[in-house]
Amino acid sequence: MDLARTEVSEVSGRGSRAGSAARLGLMAVPVAFFAVFFAYPVAAIVARGLGADGGWRFGALRDVLAQSGIRHVLWFTTWQALASTALTLLVALPAAYVFARLEFPGRQVLRAVVTVPFVLPTVVVGTAFLALVGRGGLLDDLWGVRLDTTVWAILLAHVFFNYAVVVRTVGGLWSQLDPRQEEAARMLGASRLTAWRTVTLPALGPAVAAAALMIFLFTFTSFGVVQILGGPTFSTLEVEIYRQTSEIFDLSTAAVLTLVQFAAVGAILGVHAWTVRRRESALRLVDASTTARRPRGAGQWALLAGVLATIAVLLVLPLAVLAQRSFDAPGFAYYRALTSDDGNVFLVPPIEAIGNSLEYAVVATAIAVLVGGLAAAALTRRDAGRLVRGFDALLMLPLGVSAVTVGFGFLIALDEPPLDLRGTWILVPLAQALVGVPFVVRTMLPVLRAVDHRLREAAAVLGASPWRVWREVDLPMVRRALLVAAGFAFAVSLGEFGATVFIARPDNPTLPVAVARLLGRAGELNYGQAMALSTILMVVCAVALLVLERLRTDRAGDF
Amino acid sequence: MQNKTFVAVAVAVAVGLGLVALSACGSTDGKAAGSDGSGTVTLVSHDSWAVSKSVLAAFEKESGYKVRVLQDGDAGQAVNKAILTKDNPQGDVFFGVDNTLLSRALDNGLFQPYEAAGLARVGAPYQLDATKHRVTPVDFGDICVNYDKAYFTEHKLAPPASFDDLVKPAYRNLLVTENAATSSPGLGFLLGTAAKYGDGGWEGYWKKLKANGVKVVDGWEQAYNEEFSGSAGGKKAKADRPLVVSYASSPPAEVIYADPKPSTAPTGVVSGTCFRQVEFAGLLSNASESKGGKALIDFLISKRFQEDMPLNMFVYPVVKDAAVPAEFTAYGPAAEHPETLDPAKIAGHRDDWVKSWTSLVLK
Repeated sequence: MDLARTEVSEVSGRGSRAGSAARLGLMAVPVAFFAVFFAYPVAAIVARGLGADGGWRFGALRDVLAQSGIRHVLWFTTWQALASTALTLLVALPAAYVFARLEFPGRQVLRAVVTVPFVLPTVVVGTAFLALVGRGGLLDDLWGVRLDTTVWAILLAHVFFNYAVVVRTVGGLWSQLDPRQEEAARMLGASRLTAWRTVTLPALGPAVAAAALMIFLFTFTSFGVVQILGGPTFSTLEVEIYRQTSEIFDLSTAAVLTLVQFAAVGAILGVHAWTVRRRESALRLVDASTTARRPRGAGQWALLAGVLATIAVLLVLPLAVLAQRSFDAPGFAYYRALTSDDGNVFLVPPIEAIGNSLEYAVVATAIAVLVGGLAAAALTRRDAGRLVRGFDALLMLPLGVSAVTVGFGFLIALDEPPLDLRGTWILVPLAQALVGVPFVVRTMLPVLRAVDHRLREAAAVLGASPWRVWREVDLPMVRRALLVAAGFAFAVSLGEFGATVFIARPDNPTLPVAVARLLGRAGELNYGQAMALSTILMVVCAVALLVLERLRTDRAGDF
Repeated sequence: MQNKTFVAVAVAVAVGLGLVALSACGSTDGKAAGSDGSGTVTLVSHDSWAVSKSVLAAFEKESGYKVRVLQDGDAGQAVNKAILTKDNPQGDVFFGVDNTLLSRALDNGLFQPYEAAGLARVGAPYQLDATKHRVTPVDFGDICVNYDKAYFTEHKLAPPASFDDLVKPAYRNLLVTENAATSSPGLGFLLGTAAKYGDGGWEGYWKKLKANGVKVVDGWEQAYNEEFSGSAGGKKAKADRPLVVSYASSPPAEVIYADPKPSTAPTGVVSGTCFRQVEFAGLLSNASESKGGKALIDFLISKRFQEDMPLNMFVYPVVKDAAVPAEFTAYGPAAEHPETLDPAKIAGHRDDWVKSWTSLVLK
């Protein structure tokens, strides 16, 4: 391989100027996007909090961190995120295997279903989840166990939310690993475990790390779950930032906490980028539709049964309770109420929120795939320098910065021409895309990086342009990842609440915003309509994800 | 086949770029409508803003102004955002700052003075800025403990009548309230106790309340829909707390938003536990359409708007000539002797009180 490298390096030496120009071209859009819609607004609001009379008040940093209440929040934020991540991996990794390698009826439907919780607004999930672990819930009925005031409720809800991250991120790669490699190792005498440990596990490493990182980020910055299930006694950094910004209006403390969260998230991302790079290797990827088999042997059947039972209790049951409550009136009364604008919670019938949500989500997905796809392509290039690789981590930061910070930042930063976007509809998809881009990048990168670089070099040697290399070599291999990424971005946009609620306009509320507003009002019809809309949101998400699953299978025949 | 893929990607990229370009056009359109005095007045408010279409249309027809509404989060958020953007405001009129946040808005110079036409019809107790007219009172509401009628009938127990009753052993473990640090009814209830028992006494009262098993959750939605046994949501969630901190207008809402409508409200109000909230509107300091803004403020205290408001926002009118809907008088009359506090006093103590309350009740 090294011999081959010397030969090729001459070629890439000749093409390196063109290469770096191409890389810069690829980077331009994502860099501009993040500079304008993330870095600038966040910097503006943090500066507003820390700047005073032309000077800077860095003393505030020390003062805030000296408070024992704040240190307690930091400690709780960290350990619950670690515990949540570990628990989610423990529960969901077997499922990633089952979905990747076992063929069983209803697999596609189920894969779509397990993704639904991930994209539901937390205010709805809190309601649903209490049905499982709260008073009168399943556990209460069976064993008299109630977890609604304990930290267990938070941890289980985090598993509920993030299960899909593991199934899709790890499972997505797993299904494309060539099983013959493991089989070859076994043929050569390795035990099943050894073969898995030495062949499959290292290949999955980056995907597992990516999934763990995402879950850690989500749970480290957990807001709605902690607020609803933890009650006021448990508080994360994110909740504290919200409280300081939105309620107490102490922008200085909020700015300090934002910086602390920023630093923590940055450090995690830095470590992650380093470990992933060390473990990356060129993988032999195959078409996912060829790798799954019907379960064989008692072990595989037991595993399948276990995974299905977990999904039924942990994921489907809370969702079923929501649906049941939405039908809990004669003649579909709650659904019929959705089409009337008598309620006046909005200027339009609540049903229109569905159309709004879909339109926003489509636009947000287009932006996220464009920006994230370009970024991932730039990051994959072997000649990517340290600066570019640092950008990898930077792209994840929006997931670690609170929606309230970004929202307030938008307000004071994007308020002058040519960037006076505060009153326009595009602000919603832009904010949603900001959260969608990291998903696109994270889903694409492991697959893109796993493409054997020698294929690209060979194509370049044969005279292909960089664009053509990408089209002929990378694209066919990553098409599935691209679809998964788009699906994720779409679903995340559909359910995004934190930033949307900040900027959605009253004449075109999104589904989650509509649900929250209905829940914020007394009366049976309002509550029922909230449940009905939540049920519709679940179904729309499930259908959207299902369509993507189908799309993938149909296209798989192309190569 | 590979060509097909190429085309698909090219189309996707083109669509993406097109959308960004479209958005740029959209933004210039929006700007033009908002700033050149072409007849659009923008109202910035919170999520609870609501009005009947016909009433708003009538105002638009009479005044010649189109009304654009920008709902900007919950009440506290909306005020904070308005303060942050006061140099380059998002609209002309802000509606929805209440007496608990009024001082913050006034101290930050959010509003410019305007004496609304017809202000004399507004009751004197609501005119908290009567000398300077920076804000105009629009509505009031009472934050009160609500009770589940069925529970108290079933247990042959008289519902509580006052703050004092809530700490009695008969009502142990029955009350759920909201976090005063994150929820406006939660804060209102705390302020009610501060008004009732004074600077020296409210902490002692909360110690007793805590000893008597008060449950604190973070927001109104959880308290009302998940914990309170008297609400429609609570019944479905098998809730077990028959007392909740909510609004005096919650019982009429339980009747109005029920199908079929019951003859009496399933819930009632503990009249001795009410704290009065008054909401104001004001002309923003740097409003670009101040003439339209003034017309809009006049409209907010017009008889037509004031009579339309109760069933939309579940608050009471402040003008003397507005009729209160029958549902309100039947199921949720306003409290006769609500607790009140001077906005300046609230401004001076709110953060300290919330801090003490947090360490007293939550830790």
